[in-house]
Amino acid sequence: MNWLIAVIQTMLFVALAPLLSAWLKWCKCLLQNRKAPSLLQPYRDLIKLIRKQPAVAEQASWIFTRSPYIIFSAMVLAASVVPLITVDLPTTASADVIVLVGFFAFARFFLALAGLDVGTAFGGMGSSREMTISSLAEPAMLMAVFTLTMTASTTNLALAMEHVLNEGMVLRPSFVFALFALILVAIAETGRIPVDNPATHLELTMIHEAMILEYSGRHLALIEWASQLKLMLYGVLIANIFLPWGIAQALGAKALVYGLLAIALKLAVLCALLAIAETLVAKMRLFRVQEYLSFAYLLGLLGMLSHIILEASR
Amino acid sequence: MVLILAYAAVLLSLASGLSALMMHQRPALEALAQAYSRLFPEHRFFRRLSTHYLEQNRYPSTLRQGAFALLGMSGVLAISAGLAVMLTQQVLTDQIGLGLPWLPWHMRFDGLSGFFFLIIGIAVLTVSLYGPGYVEAFSEDKQPFAPLGLFTGLFVAGMLLVLLADDAFFFMIAWEAMSVASYFLVAFQHENPANRRAAFLYLLMAEVGALSIVLGFGVLASFADGFTFDALRQAHLSTSWASIAFALALLGFGMKAGIVPIHVWLPEAHPVAPSHISALMSGVMLKVAVYGLIRFCFDLLVEVHWQWGVVLLILGTLSALGGILYALMQSNLKRLLAYSSVENIGVIFLVLGLAMIFMANGYPQLAALGLLAALLHAFNHALFKNLLFLGAGVVQHQIHSLDIDDMGGLIKRMPKTSFLFLVGCMSISSLPLFNGFVSEWLAFQTALQVFVLDNGVLRSLIPVAAAALALTAALAAACFVKVYGLVFLGLPRSRNSEKAKEVEDKGMLLALEILAGLCFLFGIFPSLVIALLNPIARQLLGQALPNAEATSWLWLAPVTMDQASYAPILVLISVLMAAGIAFRYLRRNPETKTMRRTEAWDCGFGGLTPRMQYSSSAFTMPIRRIFAKVWLIDEQINKDMRGASELDVASIHYHLQIQDHCWPRLYQPIVHAINSLARQVGRIQTGNIRVYLGYSFVTLIVMLWVVSL
Repeated sequence: MNWLIAVIQTMLFVALAPLLSAWLKWCKCLLQNRKAPSLLQPYRDLIKLIRKQPAVAEQASWIFTRSPYIIFSAMVLAASVVPLITVDLPTTASADVIVLVGFFAFARFFLALAGLDVGTAFGGMGSSREMTISSLAEPAMLMAVFTLTMTASTTNLALAMEHVLNEGMVLRPSFVFALFALILVAIAETGRIPVDNPATHLELTMIHEAMILEYSGRHLALIEWASQLKLMLYGVLIANIFLPWGIAQALGAKALVYGLLAIALKLAVLCALLAIAETLVAKMRLFRVQEYLSFAYLLGLLGMLSHIILEASR
Repeated sequence: MVLILAYAAVLLSLASGLSALMMHQRPALEALAQAYSRLFPEHRFFRRLSTHYLEQNRYPSTLRQGAFALLGMSGVLAISAGLAVMLTQQVLTDQIGLGLPWLPWHMRFDGLSGFFFLIIGIAVLTVSLYGPGYVEAFSEDKQPFAPLGLFTGLFVAGMLLVLLADDAFFFMIAWEAMSVASYFLVAFQHENPANRRAAFLYLLMAEVGALSIVLGFGVLASFADGFTFDALRQAHLSTSWASIAFALALLGFGMKAGIVPIHVWLPEAHPVAPSHISALMSGVMLKVAVYGLIRFCFDLLVEVHWQWGVVLLILGTLSALGGILYALMQSNLKRLLAYSSVENIGVIFLVLGLAMIFMANGYPQLAALGLLAALLHAFNHALFKNLLFLGAGVVQHQIHSLDIDDMGGLIKRMPKTSFLFLVGCMSISSLPLFNGFVSEWLAFQTALQVFVLDNGVLRSLIPVAAAALALTAALAAACFVKVYGLVFLGLPRSRNSEKAKEVEDKGMLLALEILAGLCFLFGIFPSLVIALLNPIARQLLGQALPNAEATSWLWLAPVTMDQASYAPILVLISVLMAAGIAFRYLRRNPETKTMRRTEAWDCGFGGLTPRMQYSSSAFTMPIRRIFAKVWLIDEQINKDMRGASELDVASIHYHLQIQDHCWPRLYQPIVHAINSLARQVGRIQTGNIRVYLGYSFVTLIVMLWVVSL
């Protein structure tokens, strides 16, 4: 039964990811006095791309044509181990939060290789920048996550969330630090302003877009979908780790519906906040990103230390 | 019986070395065979021998294959001996009356030795498959096979004997055999002055390290009666003497293992040896040093102190970070791999440090977890580093260069090699489903157990080390994206790589295939190795993993199922399902199923040339700028202003040199000090015989006076 729920939840995750990015775009348009596209626009884009025949550069190898599938399935796998509407998720035992970070690394590895495959300068530029930024973001993310896992003394995401739920509303300084660290990392990793700008194709600034310039058709659709999934994954991680209230702890129909509503609400608010932040903040120079990320790392470290010094019961 | 297997492995590797010496004995052998065929005309064998195998043209390649076959058999025997002793969980001891009459060689073969026998066996077996094809290209005049084969055999035998040794004397004899034989292998291509310099540096540091190990054993032995390890185990040392012994052992074994800052010989020596030797040195010899440290600290020094663990933790963290940051900046493929070995050894030391801290604080089960993670990482590193070094050898064999900036586009030209190399890159970048990830995961799990400790300093230090480990892993991924992307993807950057072809020798490819297969196998079924390692932890620490069911084939849950679990097989199945569904579903329309091959879009610029691609230094430029303080960077951009106007640049020359901080900070002062000391000593050397006689006379008087006291 709960394996079935796990499969359904994963499919829900995959299906709702484009909607979330549509909502984000909608909020941004509203804030910037533009007319917003329909909330279904990302789905239409994906369907259009899937229908088209992909054009592939002559010198591209199998890495280029297989990478979209690898990246997409790594993200789907990541989605399958993050509790969305219920914590009673058997799949979380097969891959804990460190493996989750590993899935992200897996997808990124192939994305960067695909960027280098055709041999264009843009691809190399994107890969180089992406690997630099991610290598700074990964330790910050693990620091934030370790704070949680040490509090709950488990790296299993579902059990950790359950632990936070059972503790009740306790204000933990370590969680505040970790929350901010994870938010900063999420912004960097999903390529949002101020680290990267998903809406631009300006040579000097692009990171993620530079790697996928050569993609078209269904390959592009898969990569776009995967990055929408990644945005949603980070959103769900932030929402359900730090504010898990509302998530279903038992498998009743009512609890599941409440869980769905709760996560939808949380994600909507988070994305609205992200839209406001993206509207207010300008993109930074590439070589300011390390300061930004080391600040995130510092926050993570502070969270960890305050957990060890203030909270650990010894 | 098991010991006989182990001895046979040693003897076969020696035999392989000796057989290589027959390279120049062909006339004698031929005469011998002819004599025998005259004596026993009914034996076809001898005639066939003289007409077929000993024929002038065929003899060298026959001999090479024979030597490598012996080496391969030695590898197989080492694997079976190691597996046998680990599966039966016995401790075998023996004495051999070789060496000095009152000092027999003590042998001991237990689980720990068996595990490293397994590592060496796998490496030697693959190298012996790879070797014949690789050395074929060596010309007999410039790069004779006889010394190469002889010292390879000695080297392997030395490593195996180190693992068997059960007394300090014999340990040092075997250790020196290993060091000196590998010196000759590093110096093998000695026409190049840089190689001679690297080899000398290696010999120097190996000997300093060996001295330090001898002193370490000496400290132990002065509290014990005798030099056998059994006697040393009984020694009761005060904390300060034990710490001195530990420091000496750490210096000695650390020098061999290549931890920062005593790693400088490693990136010089490993790349200049032939590739299969580099694979053995990086993949296996460093592990022998790790073995020595484990044997010395966890077995001989009965009680460990947490301060030692902190030292190991800090050194390990420094090595891991330093190694990978230096590796990132290299454009020589084998040098890069050598620096990455420094990183991996750093990870092993870091986890060993954790194990020591937990052991000293009274948590032997968690110490077992750390020891297990360290041993598993040593095993995994041996697999993927061998794969990468052998792969680099294939690339070098085909395009005659090791400079990454000369490569590119090889995935089209060498499809098999490139696929196998990708497996190695993914393993070393610790991506899930591959073996490197499992040991990394276990290392994190060990670090996350820090909450059991009482000491506040440790509780805040260990998470920082864990974060450094995370940074290391991420940088390693960046490094190997660079390697794979620049070597195999993109457009060829030189004519040699444009003309490159897949290697034809089956043995070379088979060696890579075996290693890549093992990397994947142990990534999916890590419990196969962990089940072998658990009894070793029990032998050394008295405790095994906390979770008895940690080694089920499906789950990996070292502490408890609730704390952490990883089921690689489930992950593999689901990823295959997800990718399969996406693949089938998206390609169901027959009209769009095939891809249209066109020119690269490249934002509409067109006219792609290889020179437009990112180079090695361009790829790592952001990292170079962010961590600028880590290296000594000499970057020069010379503009040639011969154009028409002032702003017209005719050409730009870019020069980049990156140096290790250790040289000017640590080594040059030592060199200066030794030189000035030598100059001072030189003053009493007048060259006048009467003065020297005077010295002798004074010495004699002083000695007599001392004796009469």
